[in-house]
Amino acid sequence: MSQNRWAQQTLWGWGRYPRVESLVARPERRKEVLDALADRQGDPVLAFGLGRCYGDAALLREGRVVLTRRLDRMLAFDPETGWLRCEAGVSLEEILHTFVPRGFFPPVVPGTQFVTVGGAIACDIHGKNHHVDGSFADHIRRVELLVADGRVVTCGPDEEPELFWATVGGMGLTGLILSCELQLARIDNPYIEMESIRVENLEQFFEVSAESGHFTHTVSWLDCVTTGKATGRGIFMRGRHAPAGTTGGLSLLSRLGRAAPALINFPVDGPDWMLNQATIKAFNEVYFRKHPKGQVNSIVHYEPFFFPLDAVRNWNRMYGNRGFLQYQFVVPPDPSHKAIRLVLEEITRSGLGSFLAVIKEFGERQHGGISFPAPGPMIALDFGIAGQPLFDLLDRLDRIVLDAGGRIYLGKDSRVPRHVFEQMFPELPKWKAVRDAWDPGHVFQSELGRRLGLSGGQR
Amino acid sequence: MSVLILGATSRIAHELAHRYAENGQSVFVAARDADEAARVAADVGVRTEGTCASGRFDATDFAGHAAFLDSVRETVGPIEVAILAFGDMGDQHASEGDFEAARHVIDVNYTAAVSICELLAASMTERAAGSIVGIASVAGDRGRQSNYIYGSAKGAFALYLQGLRNRLFKSGVHVMTVKLGFVDTRMTYGLKTGIPIAAPDAVSRAIFDAQRGRSDVFYYPHFWRGIMSVVKAIPEAAFKRLSL
Repeated sequence: MSQNRWAQQTLWGWGRYPRVESLVARPERRKEVLDALADRQGDPVLAFGLGRCYGDAALLREGRVVLTRRLDRMLAFDPETGWLRCEAGVSLEEILHTFVPRGFFPPVVPGTQFVTVGGAIACDIHGKNHHVDGSFADHIRRVELLVADGRVVTCGPDEEPELFWATVGGMGLTGLILSCELQLARIDNPYIEMESIRVENLEQFFEVSAESGHFTHTVSWLDCVTTGKATGRGIFMRGRHAPAGTTGGLSLLSRLGRAAPALINFPVDGPDWMLNQATIKAFNEVYFRKHPKGQVNSIVHYEPFFFPLDAVRNWNRMYGNRGFLQYQFVVPPDPSHKAIRLVLEEITRSGLGSFLAVIKEFGERQHGGISFPAPGPMIALDFGIAGQPLFDLLDRLDRIVLDAGGRIYLGKDSRVPRHVFEQMFPELPKWKAVRDAWDPGHVFQSELGRRLGLSGGQR
Repeated sequence: MSVLILGATSRIAHELAHRYAENGQSVFVAARDADEAARVAADVGVRTEGTCASGRFDATDFAGHAAFLDSVRETVGPIEVAILAFGDMGDQHASEGDFEAARHVIDVNYTAAVSICELLAASMTERAAGSIVGIASVAGDRGRQSNYIYGSAKGAFALYLQGLRNRLFKSGVHVMTVKLGFVDTRMTYGLKTGIPIAAPDAVSRAIFDAQRGRSDVFYYPHFWRGIMSVVKAIPEAAFKRLSL
């Protein structure tokens, strides 16, 4: 008899748009996960970790969602090599908490530590070190996957390589990730040697980026409201793990956030107008001017460097009940930066501001399939859901990205049209063939997968 | 110094294993599903860098209890703290129509606990030291139509622990009864209630502290003591008409 209890529950991603009702189970033992697949009664199935995909990647209407949070056992660790074997529901926060004091760091971290390793593989997440270390899956040697026919299959670069290839960045549609082996990187202490440089325009961003190759971590905040000669101005941050003997402290915000998470919290929805063109413009001006001209060097704790927004719990509620989304794309390198300029112009013309915008140049490493990272400049833009004008703007941005040979990130998406998506990923037919071979009955589905024809067909 | 945790695949037991291991004690976790117990032990070992062994424990294999405890002692030495976290809620409805189902619930929650506790009491009395922690339930405080088979077994367990505490007091052996209200575990998953549900790691910290403080009867979350005193105070003539 199965021991899973399926509860009717409404789930949403980090953008809180859309929200979808499903039958949801939360297994705590390995056997219960296997049961979950067995007692699905014909319904499609999907895993859900910490819900940090922004859109509909982890949602499934009229289906069964398996919460992986309680499958969070760390199974083995080799301090000689840094290899960690753990279950899919272990979060990067737990890995950091456990291993930073022992001199290890996750090989790749995104902008939040509240993601599971299962989600990190399914989205093939990237971080500030992509130009040096590639993406998350570049540090994975083995994934244990529950596949559609009920078997548990181990895959990796050397074992069932096609299944592994399709699972990395595969948005959870090849099977349910049970566990993995990932290699943690050595560090000497929790601190980052950081340099921040005020860049006055897009041209300067690319100059600084080009000369920052010797820094393992780079990213730049981007003011995407200001136009004219200052288009693309921002604050470029570059850093590396600090050498032995470095000391430092936490930022005020992080210390407050640690001492009283409830204090630095956004427990209720902000009003829908809170982030509008005017407030965003004002914020951008202040944030930019606050940084002195030129360069500032500092030693910072890894938390404010990697996860500045984690200090404010539920910051996603700032956007109000309407929710928000992130438009994240990468385009191939182009000396004239035409696509980037067109995108920024398009946003300005629309009158829709992006409160949070970042830009970074990815490195050469590319996984393929439907994994996101590819060489070239990447931009991520947050937008409050503003109805048709926003979706029209994003359609125009799609056009620019597509014309430049770029693509968008499925982990953040909730709206890209299928025909656009299909042109963005040339290896999609190959990916689909592998996926379908392992799951011909489309057991694993998601709202995103249905929308884009990845699994479950048109809806 | 070693700590034995029985029923280790429950989330509370898993968290408790962490608490003792990070406190430097050797922990042995056991459960009917030995593979799962091994995963719990591995997790405790990796996260705490402490010692955590595991093994198979079948609560209803009464005849095997003595040998099981011997094997635990062989692995981690004398048992300083024993925590009984195993249990089976069963299915009240099934238990009403099928005596075997009811007996299973009684055996797991009560008979097995008596068998193990008597064996533990014998060795702890000999050493005049030790602590037995039994995880009972607020369901054992008053019989209700919705879960009285499970409730009566847990209630009997609490009564048993009361007697054992009385008997072992002069030997210096500590016996603690833990009565848990709603905790965010498999048992309460999907439950819709206005009463706050406690996080397992908070529960484990509270039990850990209470055990070290040699508490006798410990409700967690604490407000359940109040809730249950009200529930117990309702006259039977009225209570029998309620559907709780």
